[in-house]
Amino acid sequence: MQTYDLEANGLRGLNSALHAQSETTNQTEWNIVNPKGSHAIAVGLNAPIEVTVNGSTGYYCAGMNQQATVNVKGSVGPGVAENMMSGTVVVEGDASQYAGATGHGGLLVIKGNASSRCGISMKGIDIVVHGNIGHMSAFMAQAGNLVVCGDAGDALGDSLYEARLFVRGSVKSLGADCIEKEMRPEHIEILKDLLERAGADAKPEEFKRYGSARQLYNFDVDNAQSY
Amino acid sequence: MDNKIPQTMPIQSATFSNPINAEIRRAAATGIYDIRGGGAKRRVPHFDDLLFLGASVSRYPLEGYRERCDTSVTLGTRFAKKPIKLDIPITIAGMSFGALSGPAKEALGRGASAAGTSTTTGDGGMTPEERGHSNKLVYQYLPSRYGMNPNDLRKADAIEIVVGQGAKPGGGGMLLGQKISDRVADMRTLPKGIDQRSACRHPDWTGPDDLEIKILELREITNWEVPIYVKVGGTRPYFDTALAVKAGADVVVLDGMQGGTAATQDVFIEHVGMPTLACIRPAVQALQDLGVHREVQLVVSGGIRTGADVAKAMALGADAVAIGTAALIALGDNDPKWEAEYQKLGTTTGAYDDWHEGKDPAGITTQDPDLMARLDPVEAGRRLRNYLKVMTLEAQTIARACGHNHLHNLEPEDLCALTLEAAAMAKIPMAGTDWYPGKPGTGY
Repeated sequence: MQTYDLEANGLRGLNSALHAQSETTNQTEWNIVNPKGSHAIAVGLNAPIEVTVNGSTGYYCAGMNQQATVNVKGSVGPGVAENMMSGTVVVEGDASQYAGATGHGGLLVIKGNASSRCGISMKGIDIVVHGNIGHMSAFMAQAGNLVVCGDAGDALGDSLYEARLFVRGSVKSLGADCIEKEMRPEHIEILKDLLERAGADAKPEEFKRYGSARQLYNFDVDNAQSY
Repeated sequence: MDNKIPQTMPIQSATFSNPINAEIRRAAATGIYDIRGGGAKRRVPHFDDLLFLGASVSRYPLEGYRERCDTSVTLGTRFAKKPIKLDIPITIAGMSFGALSGPAKEALGRGASAAGTSTTTGDGGMTPEERGHSNKLVYQYLPSRYGMNPNDLRKADAIEIVVGQGAKPGGGGMLLGQKISDRVADMRTLPKGIDQRSACRHPDWTGPDDLEIKILELREITNWEVPIYVKVGGTRPYFDTALAVKAGADVVVLDGMQGGTAATQDVFIEHVGMPTLACIRPAVQALQDLGVHREVQLVVSGGIRTGADVAKAMALGADAVAIGTAALIALGDNDPKWEAEYQKLGTTTGAYDDWHEGKDPAGITTQDPDLMARLDPVEAGRRLRNYLKVMTLEAQTIARACGHNHLHNLEPEDLCALTLEAAAMAKIPMAGTDWYPGKPGTGY
């Protein structure tokens, strides 16, 4: 295992070292100490390595991740795993705004709560939040699954496209064009798989599914207040 | 004897003109605002309102065609390990695959590469054709993040974070269903045929402090190699430029209201933003106040048409310019040879702006396979190359006449203004005077 002291050696050295890892690297485990809320930790990774961040991070931890597994033993600032393509990011604590924003793939697990705009513009990523999520989550979400084991804040799924939203607790309010939908067997299967992979102690049957009513997909003057 | 009583002549209202009335009737019939492409069509103070003074006794000119007048520019010298070196200071502005056809994007890449300059992606991501035919390609980082991925990010020669554009500062993108083909839908992860909306703000940052961290992230992902531009619409150019510099931009791209768009509400295009002419001096002032003029390069766009426009923008302090609408015209947009087809669409050559409908007779702003096939990317690329070369020659001609051996040596003192408005906006003295409105020390 490689141990990297971020405070002592700096961000540039860390990301350079992680970017240098190839598909076949032997240095598959990396342990980062003293993150102390730094921004852009472990961004742009593209190798099947496992990175553990021992502490809390600032903005954009694991941004644009590909292949790598990033574990954060703390909480994360805004935009964790933004635009992730593949791989897994697990946050033991809470996440600030925009968790998983615009992600195309991979799995983001937040074991605490996630703040507002979780999953904004998501494009295929799977996000599982063990706790609650804030307002305007899944705004303009295009594809992928957002699973919330707790409650959702105001305006969930506003201007939603084709992403699936699963919430076990209460939803304070639904955003424009977001409606509750029938939970069919295939959705139970998707949920079961995601909950297992995320280590979440919840039953798929306890969730409700939300999705797009598709009323805003083409401009209509009678929907003018919703655009 | 004629006993007819003289009649009052019918007088059209200047306020309720025929075009205004037609728009009222159209809105009443359809219930939706007018959407169109292009930039502001209204007359605004522009580069035409400035003239070069040329050399005389006090300055001597350079010999045309004999004495060298350089045109090169390097963008991204502030932080990037690999700045972009261009032969000419005229770049191709961001235009999306989706708004434009694949062959049109290819033609832009071909023409720009042949002329020694860069082209730019748009909302919707990078296509292989575009990357393959562009020696220097700037990858736009937009609020929608359609098609954004780290693999393409690492293929880019520069990254342009789009905060706004001149046609719609404060507005998001729009691509109507007619142009959301299978390929476009797939690249944007959207259902086919929908009216695609793009957010007006970035999803994961707000304000200059966040922007600084976003730039840090992009630099870390790309190992600090490529320049990072920040593009803003021309509204508060002094403050936007200063904040972009503070956030760590290598290059500021400033787009005035004549800058085009693929599709936006007409009311937005015509009523939001400032003329390009009014944007340049405040932006340059911000760079000078921060001590980074020329270290952080300024690229100006919005209504650049000729080498004279290029030279005037540079004399006002820009390091380079970008063209969009003019490049499309060079490819063949609004060409008179399609007049019969423009007539069928209810318009005419030079006025065609329904780019969002995907019916472009010239095959440029469309995803219709039959229409797309009308544009030969090799021939269209050659036309663009020729046009870029002509603009460069024109700018050199003016620079030499003003006694400069590089376009960057053009300066405000080479200019005079024809109108009070232009004088005030560009801070250039009225022709024959040493005064412009607001000149310090003049009291008014």
